[in-house]
Amino acid sequence: MKLRALAGLLAVVLSAHALADVSLLNVSYDVMRDFYKDYNPAFQKAYKAKTGETVTIQQSHGGSSKQALSVANGLAADVITMNQASDIDLLATRGLIPANWASRLPNASVPFTSTTVFLVRKGNPHKVRDWNDLAKPGVQVIIPNPKTSGNGRYTYLAAWGAGLKQPGGSEAKARALVAGIFKNVPVLDGGGRAATTTFMQRQIGDVLVTFENEAELIAREFGRGSFEIVYPPLSVLAENPVAIVDKVVDKKGSRKQAEDYLRFLWSNEGQTIAAQNYLRPQDKAVAQKFDAQFPYVKTFTVQSVFGSWAAVNKKHFADGGVFDQIYSKH
Amino acid sequence: MLNLRHSVLPGFRLSFGITLFWLALIVLLPFAALVYSTVGMGWDGFAAAVGSPRVMASIRLSFATAGLSALINLVFGFLVAWVLVRYPFPGKRLVDALVDLPFALPTAVAGIALTTLYAPNGWIGQYLAPLGIKVAFTPLGIIVALTFIGLPFVVRTVQPVLEDLEKELEEAATCLGANRWDIFRRVIFPATLPALITGGTMAFARATGEYGSVIFIAGNIPMVSEIAPLIIVSKLDQFDQQGATAVALVMLGISFVFLLLINLIQWWAARRHGAR
Repeated sequence: MKLRALAGLLAVVLSAHALADVSLLNVSYDVMRDFYKDYNPAFQKAYKAKTGETVTIQQSHGGSSKQALSVANGLAADVITMNQASDIDLLATRGLIPANWASRLPNASVPFTSTTVFLVRKGNPHKVRDWNDLAKPGVQVIIPNPKTSGNGRYTYLAAWGAGLKQPGGSEAKARALVAGIFKNVPVLDGGGRAATTTFMQRQIGDVLVTFENEAELIAREFGRGSFEIVYPPLSVLAENPVAIVDKVVDKKGSRKQAEDYLRFLWSNEGQTIAAQNYLRPQDKAVAQKFDAQFPYVKTFTVQSVFGSWAAVNKKHFADGGVFDQIYSKH
Repeated sequence: MLNLRHSVLPGFRLSFGITLFWLALIVLLPFAALVYSTVGMGWDGFAAAVGSPRVMASIRLSFATAGLSALINLVFGFLVAWVLVRYPFPGKRLVDALVDLPFALPTAVAGIALTTLYAPNGWIGQYLAPLGIKVAFTPLGIIVALTFIGLPFVVRTVQPVLEDLEKELEEAATCLGANRWDIFRRVIFPATLPALITGGTMAFARATGEYGSVIFIAGNIPMVSEIAPLIIVSKLDQFDQQGATAVALVMLGISFVFLLLINLIQWWAARRHGAR
């Protein structure tokens, strides 16, 4: 009897709670921690002003692919925000979201982008300007492991694309260039942050290849005195796609809030917060405002050079793929 | 032979049932899930996942470094246990407590701390670098990390045995004309050998699966300093769960054979020296 009363009370409390307050879980990758720390309060304020509703947002950060796997295995994420489309494609193959997820939001569901740049020691003693310079003997390059890190994957693909698109470039030359660069890698860290630690704190390597926004975070953390950022003439466009997890929002009844949460990324305020975090905004006006902060780099998308992420992973990063072949020739 | 009926504690059947149930739940079930997840891939897939040169190299490296670190821990763990048992000195309690610290520390923290020490610009690394000795980002660094996390196993298994050793045995040996080396070789060492083997085995087993402390100091270069647990994690990152469990199964299989062999040696040693 008592138990039933208690259960009833609990049900009332819970449903009242659910009515008054919607909570969203945003599953994201490591480096987005700083961005969403700024973005979430801004969204909550705007949403409250618009609808009078309070939305609480919980964040989960970790390695990109690990996070995607958790969601695929049942972590109840309302939205997922990743650094490569293949991690969200996984959810489509598991039936959590439709295959055309990318077409549901502007810019193929990519609210902001970044690109891969070089960090060199002050004065650039090795005169590193282009991808070919990274393959020169005697230059030590720090890149995270492409098998475990989206950052490393983009770096690898940027170098491959640069090798392909250079004058007289070919598949064979691209492969030789990438192999040459990875021969110069003394430490293969698991992720972008670990690579940053190796370069900045352990003072290992002559060049750190990483995302532009990570480079700016390094400047804030370590000061600008000890290194320079070099923009290669050609680099990869690192796209950060986002998606609603349909299975979860339909079950929870949080679709409206989740959609608004993601759409707000394209608002003037959302784009400005992105730019402040050194992510390149899609909005032309905001981009113009932060023009000085983002030097022009010619970039290519992964899709335009490699077809799709699925093709990339199959050819380059799967077991026995090109990346493995480069290392088994030692 | 223990008489089950008249054992001091009652309820053999109940406790044996609980034992089996608990072991199945905690140990066998996860292993069964590993096997189940691997079985689906078939022999060809299994061979492809495990047989690549990169995976083979990492498995070799994992077992070689684990073995070497266990040997180092056997020697120095024994010395530490010996000093802690046999000599009174100020701060002994403190030193005794220090031994357990590697257990308590999150292994990733240990890895970062060790890398800070042994990196070419680190406290110790900067003096080793001019001598041409590279520790961090080489297999040597892996051995350092594994030695660190394995030390408590040997100390804590040998210590109580040394404490229980009866002084009278050594005194008797002295009376019979044995010198110090003889006493060590024929009295102390045989008595502690089973404990040493147990401790060394645990250190070895722990080291083969170690991940957190190693990835920071290893450098993770394929075919050179990439450990098998990293291969497993990188397969999971590619959503290749079957490949990951395949490598894990191979590691478990090799470990099991090693542990079985060591157990046989221990059994033989215990019989030969008439210890418990």
